[in-house]
Amino acid sequence: MTATHTRTSTPTAPSDRKTTYREAMREALREALGTDERVFLMGEDVGRYGGCFGVSLGLLEEFGPERIRDAPLSESAFVGAGIGAALAGMRPIVEIMTVNFSLLALDQILNNAATLLHMSGGQLPVPIVIRMTTGAGRQLAAQHSHSLEGWYAHIPGLRVLAPATLTDARYMLAPALADPDPVLIFEHGSLYNASGELPADAGPVDIDHAAVRRAGTDVSLITYGGSLPKALAAADDLAGGGISAEVVDLRTLRPLDDATIGGSVARTHRAVVVDEGWRTGSLAAEISARLTEQHFYDLDAPVERVCSAEVPIPYARRLEEAALPQVHGIVAAARRTVGDPVPASGADETKRQPVNREGGPR
Amino acid sequence: MSTTRTRCASRPATRPNRQAAHRMALLKSMLRVRRFEERCVEMYSAARIRGFMHLYIGEEAVAVGVNEALTADDAVVSTYREHGHALARGVPAEAIMAEMFGKVTGCSRGRGGSMHLFDVGRRFYGGNAIVGGGLPLAAGLALADRMTGQGRVTCCFFGDGAFAEGEFHETANLAALWGLPLLLVCENNLYAMGTALARHQAQTDLALRAAGYGMVSWAVDGMDVFAVEDAARRAAEGVRAGTGPHFLEMRTYRFRAHSMYDSDRYRDKAEIEQWKERDPVEGLARRLREAKELTDKARSVLEDRLAAEIDGAVAAAEQAAEEPVEDLLKYVTSPVEASPP
Repeated sequence: MTATHTRTSTPTAPSDRKTTYREAMREALREALGTDERVFLMGEDVGRYGGCFGVSLGLLEEFGPERIRDAPLSESAFVGAGIGAALAGMRPIVEIMTVNFSLLALDQILNNAATLLHMSGGQLPVPIVIRMTTGAGRQLAAQHSHSLEGWYAHIPGLRVLAPATLTDARYMLAPALADPDPVLIFEHGSLYNASGELPADAGPVDIDHAAVRRAGTDVSLITYGGSLPKALAAADDLAGGGISAEVVDLRTLRPLDDATIGGSVARTHRAVVVDEGWRTGSLAAEISARLTEQHFYDLDAPVERVCSAEVPIPYARRLEEAALPQVHGIVAAARRTVGDPVPASGADETKRQPVNREGGPR
Repeated sequence: MSTTRTRCASRPATRPNRQAAHRMALLKSMLRVRRFEERCVEMYSAARIRGFMHLYIGEEAVAVGVNEALTADDAVVSTYREHGHALARGVPAEAIMAEMFGKVTGCSRGRGGSMHLFDVGRRFYGGNAIVGGGLPLAAGLALADRMTGQGRVTCCFFGDGAFAEGEFHETANLAALWGLPLLLVCENNLYAMGTALARHQAQTDLALRAAGYGMVSWAVDGMDVFAVEDAARRAAEGVRAGTGPHFLEMRTYRFRAHSMYDSDRYRDKAEIEQWKERDPVEGLARRLREAKELTDKARSVLEDRLAAEIDGAVAAAEQAAEEPVEDLLKYVTSPVEASPP
């Protein structure tokens, strides 16, 4: 599908301006609500509370309770109601607190949103946008910390987005709403407080293509969402050691942009996939398989994967950190691909990594 | 097993138009569903129809009576036992039969089959094979109507089995809370697949439970098309008047097994025979004969017309093309629009 949306926001100031990921998302919502009366936001605590993560703070006062709609704790009902409203010509944005809770609405997302167009022979497109948080790193333990976006990326009929930058947080929503089919947006919980300059010339975002966030020549670090800052930090570290890492931000997890991923690996000949999902059956597994299928002769080293340990995410800080992809693990994996397995910052970095018996070494 | 019918809706003082022609139309509509499905059984046995197929035989009064209360602007959300709902909604028998044959002329281009009939032009939103799965969807259609100020009704059919699903309770709560223009029609045929009502529900009075959500709720004799039509009209009027969702428990019975794969060992033959005495189609025909509104000749003409219609549907389905395999991946996502110049 071609993303043909044009920016409809009022022109921003000519200079870059300081903002946060959370504020950028809110601005995107405000723009969507302000420019299309079919758009409404629905979910738990999106109104009076201001959104569980503060994203929709103030929108209730601005747009009223019909369009900033507090829903009961009924994921299946309000996600399904969003799907029904989309069928009837509305453009609902449904917020689910975390991907873990989205499992209570999985029937509606998979059996209805993703399926109705095909099952009806093309009669019933479902133009819904479903936003939810994903990921760990805030000591919220297993039931609030998992990264299941890879599961959704498994499903034909869905588009799956993972905004990792301020620009994507600000300008991904409009093309998502312009898409006639269901779009899932995964917001990593650790990104909301990220702040920085939103470039004056930012947007619109191309939701068909991955983005090269940093150019490099020796190894491609392929990642998305909350792992992007870690991959960029790893690239800095690697640069200090004379290794030039290219960082590819997938941005769209389904459909995967094979051309950008493959193009990068054709230049660097090495790949490390960083994915906060579990290694087994992961998005990282899919990307690795595609690189092997399509770029076997470009590769100078086996594709490396840095994923979460095969364990429900623990509460204890030390254990949680050990379970998740970290900068040192990405650096170590990248070094292995270039035949330089010396750890970047001392031997004990590797010792800290627990042996992962189910999934092999991380 | 029999049901006590203590809470059936009483007849309103003024009845809707039930001139003889209307009564004949109801009979014809119910007979169409009955004869269509009987032919489906033949086609299934001949392996022209495959997959799961769930018959509505015995429940025709519900689909036909409820549809009388709906307009072309209203929406219908249905289940996997939806041939009757689709036919009563006006989906042509030809489009349904072709769908079941897996042909491209089917109402879902052969991608849905018996369980997934859709006709967006008639606002018939299928065809949901997850028990209770259509309920939230129906709430959403109703929500959109509420938000855009349209005086339409969304009617959602589901079975007694859906009462055990969270989706019923979540939707009932949401719809009542938000006052949505939703008509919930529970077809209580006393069995959730092969499990009797008393073995799957702690409280078997479903209308009573729905009332607990603050909805107007009635139990209705689902074998009497007049009772169904009366109740549906009153409920639809209430929904249109903005008094929020209404719930109808249609007490009915399916004469056939749950699906073509079901050997029906979980209920007594005597029970089935007892319910067949209350056959909604033959019951209406008998009443019309007694009222001298239906002669043997008129019945025979009616049967001939329906047989011809269904013969035509079968013949068209036989001759229809299949979707080319090259089109397999179509309709997974919407067609790519050309970029503006």
